Amino acid sequence: MPETPPFVLRINGVDRSVAPDPRTTVLDALREQLQLTGTKKGCDHGQCGACTIHVDGEPRLACLTLAVMADGRDIRTIEGLQDADADGDSPADSSAPLHPVQAAFIEHDAFQCGYCTSGQIMSAVACIRQGRTSSSGEIQEFMSGNLCRCAAYPNIIAAIEDVAADQASSPQGGIPAA
Amino acid sequence: MHPLSYHRATSVSDAVTESSQPGAALIAGGTSVVDLLKEGSIGPSHLVDISRLALDEIRPADSGADDSGAHSGLDTGVLVGALVSNTALAEHPLIVERYTAVSEAVHSGATQQIRGMASSAGNLLQRTRCPYFRDPDQACNKREPGSGCAAVHGFNRMHAIFGHGYDPSEGVGPTTCIAAHPSDLAVALVAFDALVHVEGPEGARSIPVHELLRLPEGHPEADFTLRPGEVITELALPPFAGRSHYLKVRDRASFAYALVSCAATLEFDDDGRISRARVALGSVAARPWRLPAVEQILVGELPSAELFAAAAARASDGSVAFSMNSYKRPFSRSIVRRILSQTAGLEPLPGPPGTALSASVGGLAGTTRPRDELVGEAS
Ligand SMILES: Cc1cc2nc3c(=O)[nH]c(=O)nc-3n(C[C@H](O)[C@H](O)[C@H](O)COP(=O)(O)OP(=O)(O)OC[C@H]3O[C@@H](n4cnc5c(N)ncnc54)[C@H](O)[C@@H]3O)c2cc1C
Ligand code: SF4
Ligand code: FES
Ligand code: FES
Repeated sequence: MPETPPFVLRINGVDRSVAPDPRTTVLDALREQLQLTGTKKGCDHGQCGACTIHVDGEPRLACLTLAVMADGRDIRTIEGLQDADADGDSPADSSAPLHPVQAAFIEHDAFQCGYCTSGQIMSAVACIRQGRTSSSGEIQEFMSGNLCRCAAYPNIIAAIEDVAADQASSPQGGIPAA
Repeated sequence: MHPLSYHRATSVSDAVTESSQPGAALIAGGTSVVDLLKEGSIGPSHLVDISRLALDEIRPADSGADDSGAHSGLDTGVLVGALVSNTALAEHPLIVERYTAVSEAVHSGATQQIRGMASSAGNLLQRTRCPYFRDPDQACNKREPGSGCAAVHGFNRMHAIFGHGYDPSEGVGPTTCIAAHPSDLAVALVAFDALVHVEGPEGARSIPVHELLRLPEGHPEADFTLRPGEVITELALPPFAGRSHYLKVRDRASFAYALVSCAATLEFDDDGRISRARVALGSVAARPWRLPAVEQILVGELPSAELFAAAAARASDGSVAFSMNSYKRPFSRSIVRRILSQTAGLEPLPGPPGTALSASVGGLAGTTRPRDELVGEAS
């Protein structure tokens, strides 16, 4: 078998080169190779949601995504959420204002230890964007793949409901794509 | 760690050629393969990535006769590409409206992230959740043929009560396996007599989903009847003009495998009598467990509480339970009674048809209490 050639992942609008081991997950590439440690490893088996990222705008688990399978995709992590614009393609800028969902999590105290928070926020953005916010039950079902050992659940739901209500009442409507 | 190579398939025939090699494994959504790679339960030497093949369409099948043994109903069936995501499958209008049990089954499985990643074919081909299969230090005939079965005298709460062939007087042997298959989708598909279409080194063929998954029967290491190099290209749902429903009992209200689940499809004649019935249980055997004795009692009859009670009384016939899973026997009987009653409209559905709520026995977390109350308590 020929060795897999090195390849490039597009992360938060920037092309990054990643080592070619077929076993490496996007989660390990982010954390171990690219020092993007905002995406957390809770279980490494798809059971907690801490590693939730967006791939082509859809929520995905970085721990179950092989890096070799993600080339050419637009990968967005918590580090690139705050300034994500509608085309989802702008490079991360840490001085940009917080994304409305990030701001709402602070406002509602939607975390304690914070370990699950980046995954919660990435799922929450998708929850609002997909319009799964008609009731707290619908939000809970959508968010059930993001576990929180500190049980900040009621506050997380409150944060999501708040942003969803804001989006509905704002003239622009809609949450920016991440 | 042994070497692992990677190939991105460019066509179905390329995938067939590449995956015919010894040690090759297909990968689609990866949610099962990547997990099992990390656990050391599987050790492929070559990964064949089919995720970018154009097998992601849902469309009505051609009208006219097909090979599905089409039953009553004027419709054509529906074809689902092997790479259609679980989310796209569950939310497609044709599926929600005509094959409601499929939508309910898929929506009740895993989480939105996993459903968005997982493929329709991959879902059927996921492996058992038996904890010993995933722990290379334990005896497990499925992972390592001949090594034994730690589950028989271990943690067997999630395991099979049907079709395992275990005989307590003989004890654990080199081919014992009492694992249950965890796919929700497979159970719903069996209740529609669905098929998979496959391409392989020897050409194309169709396999009923019920025969795609196999019982241990001397070879617990083989979960499926696919031959080496065979690739599923699509799922075929036969025409159906009746009512269908899926119910799932689990340890928590969302994001949990079934303890026991059930799919039912009922068709009616002009007098309102049941003309065709399929009832299958999930998580009770190595494949979805059809209940022909229950189905026979239903056919030709008008729906009634008495009829459904009589049919459901047969739902655990022939089961053999283990130290921790005898609860599955009464659960099987009650879920069958309940699903028949709900499918026929004698009892209300637990939620809107096609949703996770409708499939969920006991409702979803938090839906019974207003959020303000919860927030008030938390702050
Ligand atoms: C935390 C967690 C919770 C879950 N909960 C549930 C649940 O409640 N209910 C449930 O039903 N499932 C559940 N699942 C399982 C999930 O549904 C499966 O992992 C998923 O459907 C597999 O699809 P995939 O495309 O990711 O498969 P992959 O991992 O890509 O492949 C799975 C298998 O299928 C083979 N394969 C894939 N495509 C083809 C093809 N076209 N032809 C031939 N072979 C193919 C692969 O070689 C492999 O053996 C859960 C999974 C996780 C991680
Ligand atoms: S039940 Fe099957 S999968 Fe589980 S330990 Fe026994 S042989 Fe292995
Ligand atoms: S780290 Fe990926 S789901 Fe837990
Ligand atoms: S804030 Fe601690 S796990 Fe969620």
